[in-house]
Amino acid sequence: MTELIRDSLDHCVKCTICESFCPYSRATPLFPGPKYVGPQGERYRRAGASPDISVDYCSGCGICTQVCPQGVKIAEINTRARARLWEERGIPLRNQLIARPSVLGRLGTPVAPLANWTLRNRLLRRLGERLLGVHRDAPFPRFAGRTFQRWARKHVSPAADRSVVYFHACGTNYYEPAVGRMTVEVLEHNGFHVEIPPQDCCGLPLQSNGNFPAARAYVRRLAASLAPYARDGHAIVSNSTSCGLMLKREAHEILDVEDEDLTAVSEATYDLCEFLLLLHERGELRTDFGPLALTVPYHAPCQQQGHGIGKPALDLLALIPELRVIELDADCCGIAGTYGLKKEKYEISMAVGERLFGLVREAHPDLAVCDSETCRWQIEHGSSVRAVHPVELLHRAYGLDAA
Amino acid sequence: MNYDAVVIGAGLAGLTAALRLAEEGQRVLVVAKGVGATHLAPATIDVLGYDNGPVESPERALPEFAAANSAHPYRRLSVELIRASLDWFVARLGDHGYRGGLEENLLLPTAVGVPKPTALVPAAMAAGDLRTGGRFVFVGFLGLKDFYPAYLAENLARAPLPGGASVAARAVELAPPLGGEGDVSSVGFARRFEQPEFRESVVRELKGRLMPGEIVGFPAVLGLEHTREVMQELETGLGHPVFEVPTLPPSVQGLRLYETMTTALRRAGARLVVGSPVAGAETSGKRLEGVVAETAGRPLAYRAKAFVLATGGFASGGLELGSSLTVRETVFDLPLTGVPEAKDARFATGYFDDHAISRAGVAVDEKLRPVDGEGRVVYENLHVAGATLAGAVPWREASGNGLSLSTGYAAASAILESPS
Repeated sequence: MTELIRDSLDHCVKCTICESFCPYSRATPLFPGPKYVGPQGERYRRAGASPDISVDYCSGCGICTQVCPQGVKIAEINTRARARLWEERGIPLRNQLIARPSVLGRLGTPVAPLANWTLRNRLLRRLGERLLGVHRDAPFPRFAGRTFQRWARKHVSPAADRSVVYFHACGTNYYEPAVGRMTVEVLEHNGFHVEIPPQDCCGLPLQSNGNFPAARAYVRRLAASLAPYARDGHAIVSNSTSCGLMLKREAHEILDVEDEDLTAVSEATYDLCEFLLLLHERGELRTDFGPLALTVPYHAPCQQQGHGIGKPALDLLALIPELRVIELDADCCGIAGTYGLKKEKYEISMAVGERLFGLVREAHPDLAVCDSETCRWQIEHGSSVRAVHPVELLHRAYGLDAA
Repeated sequence: MNYDAVVIGAGLAGLTAALRLAEEGQRVLVVAKGVGATHLAPATIDVLGYDNGPVESPERALPEFAAANSAHPYRRLSVELIRASLDWFVARLGDHGYRGGLEENLLLPTAVGVPKPTALVPAAMAAGDLRTGGRFVFVGFLGLKDFYPAYLAENLARAPLPGGASVAARAVELAPPLGGEGDVSSVGFARRFEQPEFRESVVRELKGRLMPGEIVGFPAVLGLEHTREVMQELETGLGHPVFEVPTLPPSVQGLRLYETMTTALRRAGARLVVGSPVAGAETSGKRLEGVVAETAGRPLAYRAKAFVLATGGFASGGLELGSSLTVRETVFDLPLTGVPEAKDARFATGYFDDHAISRAGVAVDEKLRPVDGEGRVVYENLHVAGATLAGAVPWREASGNGLSLSTGYAAASAILESPS
């Protein structure tokens, strides 16, 4: 796989379409663009030493790979180059810390009020910026205090003819357990028994921050725990678009993990909206939606676009009577997982998201829809508009919030 | 996933077919491996620029051209249909203010100073029409690669023009503030032109260096979203007419075209999936039931009543020349015509010569459906548009975007007129 990904750069014809679309090189001269640091810069890396630090300013949003007409795996090449860079230079403590959401989650959850207070205390945040390099204004979600897993352990999913496995990922577990509960209820409403196995981080933030060995260990462990279900014929459904993409493709293409567990899991993994829309195409999705008289903007996150499945949320939400969804034409919110948290990248991240924030505010004063958790937090931070996962609207339209 | 029509390819041909179908109320999906050739070419619509010399009127030249080139896609289209496609396009691209038509080709300078005949140009280029001659000054920017105003001007001043029109041309180079950035692409310059301070600095530096009566040619970087406003401000500030000369890729004009067409598509309710190559088909007899696209997890089938194949030619990967000298159409492995025999030469010696291989492609019937060597339709609900078609040499004929637009339009017409 390593060679396949790298060799794809031979197909680069230097058309610079990727450069035209890259939201990060537009926002900062520190990132010269995906072609420069990728297909062009890669030949300087064979000698062993990375020529400069510019590839660290790539966020890994993956837009370059999507738009490339020649099939060059630009973002993948650059994510690997970033890992090599940090392997040579040593990964900073900050990048090790913010790349472990499940560790942070386990530490923060029991002391949630204190942790939330700390993350919102100006003085401590300033200190955190000085000592750790986490930008004082960067958006952090609130620890829920009670994890989704805790709810799931007590929850008895009704027996049903068909069952599905729910991969909720860290964001849902520690910060947004309500999204997890709504996902389960929507799936149950459609006649599924929902299995919620214990699960840890998929390793994606470690991958983005260049710690491939640790990322591989995480994703292997997760794949091993989900594989028995996949082999049993279960679909694995996730509301986290980026973590779902990690299981589907990135662990293979970027981390080079080739094991049978992961392959089985990849083939069984579905993004939540993808899964529900496929149900609908087969005539198996309940459409007893009540009206929602709303006009809301929808932003498809970059990692969601990386699935190559279009925007199933748009087709699903179109089933809700009286709901009008505005498809936004903005490329990236700027957060890219942990990118926008970093002191040296926060301003870039906000500049990248500026267009999206404006479009969101224009479309609706207090509600936006977006599939990815970190993007929702960034949208809320940048636009002061509450952002929800599409499942929240489905849940509401099904009348499940009243139940 | 089920649609009325699935269009494969997001270049001008695919976007045209898709938008036309979506406007007529069809549920449309565009699925593409990547962004199309819009970003590589000027946004002029060249219908027929050369046929043994420059063409003055495509309308008058087309019947004879089609008669002489039996394998050419234009042979399948009437002049009325080509005209209808141009009218449709001009209306859809309202803000771009396209000028021209089939009656007379305009004559616009390229970045290397060649007067190129073309049928339609965006308003931003219109003042560069060379047919009546004039005094031109071409402006270059220090830091913008691949645009050399002196080279352009000297070539243009020497170029023969029809009717003995006389053109005077000279060059001016500016060094606008780039904020410490040394390597700025055409798109980077276009973004800077969106900023009032940058425009003002250009006007300030240029104004005193213009001579009365000169028409000012800039590289096509005059803004991305607000070109009209940028142009107006420059014309007012300079007191001279201003126009754009297309640059090497990335084509800012192409970017604007792509933005306008994809926005229109979204508004018309179509779906656009870019970054997902189509690699297979589901068929039953002579009907195409679905196409199978690669996604991150597993192949995904898109089913529809009708399909448009607009994946481009060799440059875009719609056609592929293998190392064993075989040529194939990459999505459906359709039968091809015009492929030189193994014993014959595929390439001529000169770069701009008529290479035998460049006419290779998919042959079609009058509904643009692919046909095999015996003229039998391969799939009755598949229509082919753009550079995948056999028989054209767009870069010699100056017919590229004209072919894409008219065949994309014709493919949509065929679908809209089909009985199902």
